Amino acid sequence: MNASPAALPEAVLGVDGVSVWLSGREVLHDVSFTVHAGEFTALIGANGSGKTTLFRVILGLLAPGAGSVLIGGRPRARRNPMIGYVPQKVFLDPDMPLRARDVVALGLDGHRLGVGFGSRRRRELVEEMLDAVDAGRFADSRVGYLSGGEQQRVLIAHALVGRPRMLLLDEPLANLDIGAEREVVEVLGRVAREQGIAVLISAHDMNPLLPYMDGLVYLASGRAASGTVEEVVRPEVLSRLYGQHVDVLRVHDRILVVAGADERLPALAKQAGLEPGAVALR
Amino acid sequence: MSASLGAIFGPGFFGSAPVHAALAGGAIVAVVTGAVGLFTVLRSQAFAGHALGEVGATGGAVALLAGTSPLYGYLGIAIAAGAVIELLGVQRPRARDLATGLVLGAGLGLAALFLYLDTTASSTTGAPVTVLFGSLFAVSQSMLPEIVVLSAVSLAIVVACYRMLLLSSLSADLAAARGVPVRVIGVAYLVALAVAVSLAAATIGAVLATALVIGPPASALRLTKRPGLAVLVASVIGIVAVWLGVLLAYDSFYWPPAGTGWPVSFFVVADVFAFYLLSGAVARLRQSARRQRRAREVADVAGG
Repeated sequence: MNASPAALPEAVLGVDGVSVWLSGREVLHDVSFTVHAGEFTALIGANGSGKTTLFRVILGLLAPGAGSVLIGGRPRARRNPMIGYVPQKVFLDPDMPLRARDVVALGLDGHRLGVGFGSRRRRELVEEMLDAVDAGRFADSRVGYLSGGEQQRVLIAHALVGRPRMLLLDEPLANLDIGAEREVVEVLGRVAREQGIAVLISAHDMNPLLPYMDGLVYLASGRAASGTVEEVVRPEVLSRLYGQHVDVLRVHDRILVVAGADERLPALAKQAGLEPGAVALR
Repeated sequence: MSASLGAIFGPGFFGSAPVHAALAGGAIVAVVTGAVGLFTVLRSQAFAGHALGEVGATGGAVALLAGTSPLYGYLGIAIAAGAVIELLGVQRPRARDLATGLVLGAGLGLAALFLYLDTTASSTTGAPVTVLFGSLFAVSQSMLPEIVVLSAVSLAIVVACYRMLLLSSLSADLAAARGVPVRVIGVAYLVALAVAVSLAAATIGAVLATALVIGPPASALRLTKRPGLAVLVASVIGIVAVWLGVLLAYDSFYWPPAGTGWPVSFFVVADVFAFYLLSGAVARLRQSARRQRRAREVADVAGG
């Protein structure tokens, strides 16, 4: 933001012309974007728009039919220590005898053989991550008893403790109430800024992320547009993505994308003396 | 003093060789089932554990026919059944339950056949009871080395995979993301479970084996939020349940109908269940105490 082009940081994630076919259907078409260190990027799209598929490609679980993905300048790989990942819909059983701090510690060495006796270094690192997500207060509570927002923060610490360069979160705001939503987004924004980690978060609604995000990738019917909100969330860009007319309405700093509306709707609304938002919501 | 002790421990209890073998074998098995069983509960595999035990009855029946140790019969069939469940092996819970149930049904059919052949081939009419409901007093000194070796194998698997088991039990997605080979760990665990269930089957019978595998860990989970501690508590509960069962069975020789004694497996399973109820009561008491303490703290803050 302040540097000359020569000092621009290397992209942590570079997705270039990625297309994916699943059982004969093209799920992603020529998707390209980059994410830099310390950037908070949102991956926005409806259910079935290809968000999870794109994550699977980045994680090395699925090979793209065309295009390339570079992570830290290197080709994508399975079990990439450069990526911290929080899957969607993680259900944490209340019967699980694990405290929040145990779950974070498992992010460090949960893939290793043996019982693992904690070293002081390990404890300090876990403590540091718990603080980074404001989880110190409930660090010793059973993780299954925590609220949805608290659990999500513990999972973020679990993904962070391995010191990745990028954090990938699949719909972490699903099923959270508005307060918890804000807490989680705030924590993510801070993590990106303070630890210089590239954060890529998928969501179907961009509004909770607006105050913190640096850029977004908008996915619709397998096609993507990326850039800042001002560059991407415009009727002509999104209409091209959806392949049909789309309106973008701004109501009290919130953005509504309304697909399939009549092109004459805004003009009609103005004629009738109505706010465009009111028409869209009716 | 000695009179009251005598009332608790029947005459000759401490001098009896079968009692020694039962106490030693039972304790070892209780430790293994405590450790392995914790993950059976956490992974919601109680039904699979139960199926492996019951299907093991087929192996026990075949072993009796062949005149070898039933322990190997249980083990062979339990591992085979585990492999079949894994091969049919669907990861979706409902389909997995169905696969387990079908293997269980087929296995029990075979057990019915071989148990029938047992009773007709020899004059021992007790074969079905021995195989299905077991007896700790049938554990002889000579079986102890086998029990120790098998226990070591089962425990070694759980210790080696401990952290991966914890993470994949917490969430398979999370484990896969962290690079845990979830499927391999699942198969390794099934082997450990098959061994543990076979050991339990050899001591308290094929049908009752699950009680020892899931009872003590389920009780322990009500009392602690630390996995390591839960293993420890489960093992201790298991040992106490088994030892108490041996003692009661020994003493029951003097109970009506006089001179026959009650089966030890009954007492072990009854103890396990009693501990489960007890742990629930303790957990509730602790919870209400905690709530009262918190209310008092709040009141103190408000008052001060």
